[in-house]
Amino acid sequence: MGTPLLELRGINKSFGPVQVLRDVAFTVHPGEVTALVGDNGAGKSTLVKCIGGIYPIDSGEYLMEGKQVHVHNPRDAASHGVEIVYQDLALCDNLDIVQNMFLGREKKSGMILDEPTMEQLAQQTLAGLSVRTVKSVRQQVASLSGGQRQTVAIAKAVLWNSKLVILDEPTAALGVAQTQQVLELVRRLADNGLAVVLISHNMNDVFAVSDRIAALYLGRMAAQVKTSDVTHSQVVELITSGRSGTLGLVEEGAAA
Amino acid sequence: MSATTTNPYETGEKAAVPAKDDGGLWGYLRGYGQRVRGGDMGALPAVLGMLVLTVVFSAARPSFLTPLNFANLLTQAGPIVVLGMGLVFVLLLGEIDLSAGFASGVCAAVLAIMLTTHGFPWYVGVAAAIATGVVIGLLLGFLVAKVGIPSFVVTLAGFLAFQGTVLWLLDEGTNISVRNEVIISLENEFMPPAVGWGLGALTVLGFAATQLIQQRNRRRRGLPALLWQVVTFRVVGLAVLVGVAVAVLNEERSRNALFSLKGVPIVVPVIGVLLLVWTFVLRRTAFGRHIYAVGGNREAARRAGIAVDRIRISAFVICSAMAAVSGILAASMARSVDPNTGGSNVLLYGVAAAVIGGTSLFGGKGRVLDAVLGGLVITMIINGMGLVGWSSAYKYVATGIVLLLAASVDAFSRRRSAASS
Repeated sequence: MGTPLLELRGINKSFGPVQVLRDVAFTVHPGEVTALVGDNGAGKSTLVKCIGGIYPIDSGEYLMEGKQVHVHNPRDAASHGVEIVYQDLALCDNLDIVQNMFLGREKKSGMILDEPTMEQLAQQTLAGLSVRTVKSVRQQVASLSGGQRQTVAIAKAVLWNSKLVILDEPTAALGVAQTQQVLELVRRLADNGLAVVLISHNMNDVFAVSDRIAALYLGRMAAQVKTSDVTHSQVVELITSGRSGTLGLVEEGAAA
Repeated sequence: MSATTTNPYETGEKAAVPAKDDGGLWGYLRGYGQRVRGGDMGALPAVLGMLVLTVVFSAARPSFLTPLNFANLLTQAGPIVVLGMGLVFVLLLGEIDLSAGFASGVCAAVLAIMLTTHGFPWYVGVAAAIATGVVIGLLLGFLVAKVGIPSFVVTLAGFLAFQGTVLWLLDEGTNISVRNEVIISLENEFMPPAVGWGLGALTVLGFAATQLIQQRNRRRRGLPALLWQVVTFRVVGLAVLVGVAVAVLNEERSRNALFSLKGVPIVVPVIGVLLLVWTFVLRRTAFGRHIYAVGGNREAARRAGIAVDRIRISAFVICSAMAAVSGILAASMARSVDPNTGGSNVLLYGVAAAVIGGTSLFGGKGRVLDAVLGGLVITMIINGMGLVGWSSAYKYVATGIVLLLAASVDAFSRRRSAASS
């Protein structure tokens, strides 16, 4: 494997007296799905928000494609090709798919919105992701199912020449068939050459699509392993106790 | 889209290209029927309302359906329509401006003082009135967006304060008459018949040209375009509407042989221009798109990098500036400004105009055209009941009921569209 797309080293983050992330290392490779797992409060969301520039990191190194970068706000992150798809989707129900995908970054000719160009790009993006479930890109988002909305949110993230797409619990609210659709889409993103980080509580999802698994335990990176090297129960142990056999944190760390 | 292409799934996929309207005209109509049943009724309630009111009132009083009364209707609708247009912007954000009525009163008072007391030319007076509206809007918007007070409370306070301001400006209630010919002509003069025809033709041709260019651009890019039947229907429909209206208005309305009374009221092109400008802003600019986005999901808009506070403040500025224009029209119509200009039920009529036309009270849905259609409905009710000879008591009750009806249609269509998704 070549240079990782994203590499974090020794990330620390505190909110007042509470240290949420301790000395976290995290790597993400292009063309792979990296599952980020951990119990509630393990620091997954904080880590993601640090990557996305919503929280500044206290200390540590943030490298994109081997070069150190400084990410102070979401715009910095976006300029490095990092896009986050949030759990609550952040779509406007009263706008259609094209309008949502280009929201805040509309294509214009002069001061007039360039609707045909936006519509074409939106269609191409969806076609490139083999999205077949959407009838028309001029449909209002309010009329879409949960899975379709997730698809639009993901396509929106992909539209911007992004290199790293972070998905926060994309299947949490979906039924079986829709979960399957979204997981296929996640896999396709990685196959298209993007680096994908998938946050999930669902072990089936994690094992279905991920290439690597990173397990956080009480703000520390317990282990980052290849999915093919571990079993279901090992990952569960990593999540619940921070270690599993030879994997994971050493004694004194786990006691924290 | 990321440039990497080694995608095993990408074999000849054009799946996201929407299914073309294969059903032809029938399919289009079926789609429209589905939208209406799904709660997206657009202008339908307002248009139906106008038809019903026309039938009822002309049965009760044949004078309702005369060229004279038609011209009266349009001039009476002027201030209401313009106020409603401004309120559409605030309603689109899911906010309300209860002070817009008296804000228009304050601006009208400023206009009257500038013109009559100080003798400035009309454009200075108009500029001063609109500038007053902008300042009022900035103040309201700042209090709502930056300080974080609910717009209901801010503008309720404004309602009271501006009422006081009008009294103060008019020296505890003296009436200032407006004598400037340009201002008076807005609501009291008519265009020569030839100019009426010319502007009407220009409107239809302009509409046809934009429709054709738009559809041709879409076809050229391989995007689904509207059926030519639909485009033709729209253009012909507008042409018939404009043609009949201009023809009726160009008829002689005067019963006195000594002077002639005919032509399209000057307020009509004024409203036409405002409609065009604000529709363009809402539909074709990023600013307009962002207004819809903030009204639909403020958090999503914020995450998309939209300056939400600035959008909210500018909506209040637009609303108050349009209230100023409405005040100017009201002053023109009454030929004077008194403490009740913009008072009593003016605000209610403005809100009702927007809501009856189809603008949602819940935010995120609405058009500037709604205020025109709804304003005409409201004016028909006021005008018709006046002709029938009903007292103010009945007028108020009837208008209140119509507003409630429109709000129920809004709530109902919202429930409908929530259920159908």
